[in-house]
Amino acid sequence: MIIKGGFVYDPANGVYGEEMDISIEGGKVVEESRDGKEIDALGMLVMPGGVDAHAHIAGAKVNCGRIMRPEDGRRGIEPKTKLLRPQTGYTVPNCYAVGYRYARLGYTCAFEAATPILESRHTHEELEEIPIIDKGALTLFGNNWEVLECVRDGDLDKLAAFISWGLSASRGYGVKVVNPGGGEAWGFGGNVKGIDDPVPNFGVTPREIIRGLMKANEILRLPHSVHLHTNNLGKPGNYETTLATLKAVEDIAATRDRQVLHVTHMQFSAYGGTGWRDFESKAPEIADYFNSHAQFTMDMGQLIFGSATTMTADAPLEYGNARLLHAKWSNHDIELEESSGVVPLVYGRKMPINAIQWAIGLELALLTKNPWQVIMTTDHPNGGPFVNYPEVIALLMSRAKREEELASLHELASKRSSLPSIEREMDWNDIAIVTRAAPAKILGLPEKGHLGLGADGDVAIYDINPTDLDPSKDHSKVKEAFAKAKYTIKGGEVVVRDGEVVAVPQGRTYWVDASVPEDQAAKVKADLVEKFAKYYSIQMSNYMVQDAYVTHPRVVKAGVI
Amino acid sequence: MIVEDVLCPFCGCLCDDIKVEVEDDKIVGVKRACRLGSSKILGHERTKAPMVRVDGELVETTYEEAYDRTARILKGAKRPLLYGWCSTVCETHKKGILLAEEVGGVIDSTATVCHGPSIIGIEEKGLAGSTLGQIKNRADLIVFWGANPAEAHPRHTMRYSSNSSGMFTPEGRRGRKVIVVDVRETRTAKNADKFLLIRPGTDYEVISALRMIVADKGDLVPDYVAGVAKADLEEVAGIMKAAKFGALLFGLGMTHSRGRYKNVDNALSLVADLNGFTKFVVMAMRGHYNVAGFGQVSAWETGFPMSVDFSRGAPYFNPGETAACDLLARKEADAMMVVAADPASNFPRMTVEGMAEIPVIQIDPFPNPTTLLADVVIPSAVCGVEAEGTAYRMDGLSLRMKKVVDSPYPTDEEIIQNILDRVRRLGDDN
Repeated sequence: MIIKGGFVYDPANGVYGEEMDISIEGGKVVEESRDGKEIDALGMLVMPGGVDAHAHIAGAKVNCGRIMRPEDGRRGIEPKTKLLRPQTGYTVPNCYAVGYRYARLGYTCAFEAATPILESRHTHEELEEIPIIDKGALTLFGNNWEVLECVRDGDLDKLAAFISWGLSASRGYGVKVVNPGGGEAWGFGGNVKGIDDPVPNFGVTPREIIRGLMKANEILRLPHSVHLHTNNLGKPGNYETTLATLKAVEDIAATRDRQVLHVTHMQFSAYGGTGWRDFESKAPEIADYFNSHAQFTMDMGQLIFGSATTMTADAPLEYGNARLLHAKWSNHDIELEESSGVVPLVYGRKMPINAIQWAIGLELALLTKNPWQVIMTTDHPNGGPFVNYPEVIALLMSRAKREEELASLHELASKRSSLPSIEREMDWNDIAIVTRAAPAKILGLPEKGHLGLGADGDVAIYDINPTDLDPSKDHSKVKEAFAKAKYTIKGGEVVVRDGEVVAVPQGRTYWVDASVPEDQAAKVKADLVEKFAKYYSIQMSNYMVQDAYVTHPRVVKAGVI
Repeated sequence: MIVEDVLCPFCGCLCDDIKVEVEDDKIVGVKRACRLGSSKILGHERTKAPMVRVDGELVETTYEEAYDRTARILKGAKRPLLYGWCSTVCETHKKGILLAEEVGGVIDSTATVCHGPSIIGIEEKGLAGSTLGQIKNRADLIVFWGANPAEAHPRHTMRYSSNSSGMFTPEGRRGRKVIVVDVRETRTAKNADKFLLIRPGTDYEVISALRMIVADKGDLVPDYVAGVAKADLEEVAGIMKAAKFGALLFGLGMTHSRGRYKNVDNALSLVADLNGFTKFVVMAMRGHYNVAGFGQVSAWETGFPMSVDFSRGAPYFNPGETAACDLLARKEADAMMVVAADPASNFPRMTVEGMAEIPVIQIDPFPNPTTLLADVVIPSAVCGVEAEGTAYRMDGLSLRMKKVVDSPYPTDEEIIQNILDRVRRLGDDN
């Protein structure tokens, strides 16, 4: 296939809006294609397929959201067609809707952000049902007893061996850490208050857990860095915890060409104030820090007004949310490993806190100078559903749109944030970075997020002529075009045409197979045999995700040997 | 040969430590399983061959004929009901949902006459739960409410709850308190430290009284609530608040007494309230080994956990209107496919009468009272013994069931796929 004549934005390869052809054959970008297929992209915007590095799209939490929210299921209903399964839901769409809706946005890859090892089989059952896109799942390690014990004993090699085992057992892609230590404390209804607050019964601090997991992650040379949800997330004044966390790991170096730590949905971790009354944005302080520390990356966690379903392994946070908002509350503790919670809520334009939160996400993206350091997410569906990405793109590209929006918000959004004074408007290249090139780089997916030779044949074509259209003024057209890709091409196959899904291939699932020395693996195994005998409620032989649950694997090798 | 760590295809405990002894591809012994599980794994009377009803009698036929007949019935029906799914694996559920979409039918699980009210309660309030291992390792208080695991989930107490031991519960039963609330003194109640005998149909009142006392508004509670002395309620509320980790495990006694989902709603609220003081979790004691699995699969495929109506092409969920019993009681269903369940034994009489008037297809390894009403009977392999696949334990944990021996029967999944293929072919012909 040849995609002819589009304005191509491929920042990873230094291509900035050049009119050029892209050839794809055998699912990959090639020098020249001879199959005779042509896509006319004349006068249109061509980018690599979008990559979402952080979304809650599959697994126990997501399904818990569906089960407790039939009112959400009833939104966004679309009947089956000859080709498509029925779709339901807005914040917690069914699996089919997840795949179709990503594809319609021009996205071809999305990663589930948090799965406990014990419940990974469920995560993969859902990932298998999500059509079209490639996917993977980040595995939770921040409250796992074996991790806490390795950190306590200072045995980093054993910790690395356990991570290797855990990734393999969960068919997981990377190390996710959520409120380290807090999830274990929640086992008895407690939490940790900061990075130096010891975890009850284990005698380790969040600082030690984060440092230990980061070092082990680098020992294993994993494609992705540690992916951190900070302690005290969602609380006024938490920017101090966030900055203290980053300062605590400045001495750790990455062993691969990528960030050493990814802090996720930063919007929820960039708060000032001593309480909700004097709640304010500290996004400028966070962005300043990132501007002088290139080794860290973050994603926005942008808030979208309207309905959201918050879901996180940060269970104490969710209990707090539910009590504060008198909302429905689900909690799910996972033996020896994690805790989690789900709370539906509505973000209101006239709610001072929500309006400030909305501004913070945009401030982070616009004040951080290097777009490779801050990628676009809504922490779907915590900040809002991913179908709103076109709205976020329009906001990033247009100061006029931001001003229009600010005028409709509670006035504190303007007073307690720096957003009104920010002039920056992202250009097409910035957008291509924050929605595809950078997420692929941050995840460590060399075949995604760009259109160089050998890249996956994943392309999004939008009906926008970047030489005609002024995104600052015509932001509504930007939003419209990004909401319905003219074409989405996945692995060389047209899956969306004129905003409608026209083919439903099965995507692949990434997971990381990291090798470790046999003696370290044996030490971990001995520990686990004991843990299964005494503490787990299932047999060790029934624990690991079987191959039957990952039918289209893409195994990435890493490790010590 | 001994096959280790087999999963038991009986109740929601989904025990995964069973040893099965196999000789010449026949099961000759079962170890560690309870009486209920052993009897299922060892096997009992099977439906030998597919059957269709001719002149009022079931006569043996071929699988091909049974599939054809089923496809024609489902395709010809205006309001087909696809019901059951509790004793089969999730792979079957996926095919079943696809079939329901294809024929524009209603799909519902046995939860509708079981923990359906629990699910509706969860829709109202959410569920503060945990895996069973969390309870084993941490709980110093277990409350069984309208549940009798001694009879219905025999290994629950030993593996997961009252009598289990773990990291923070090394003393097992001695280090725990067990409270039982029920309308009669069950075998489970005999093992309790405290037994509250309540009058049938008063769960809501008793839970409300406990919530008042927990919230320090006990002075508003009368001296007796549903036959229970206030002092007893105060004692129970005190034990709950004093626990380090409490677990409220409820059964059909709560979901099927007056108040139904409102009882569950109130119990979930009680647990949420208790978390203001200590740590508390709550769980439904699910009956069949994979009834929870159907809810999971249905939720991720259709958006809703049960009672899903595809007649409009898009999922429509409204229990009270779209549940199996609703359709049968209104005499709306004009064909019914029953998979891995026995509604003739468990449904209200009026709905069973509804079944008797319409074509019924049964897919099941075993004959049961539903067979007597069936017009097509398709015997299948026993999941977890003769077929592998996924099941969800009562706490939502997914596990892979093993195939221990070969079977001459097709799996449920294969059967549904065959029917689906034929339904699609009939569609093409029209």
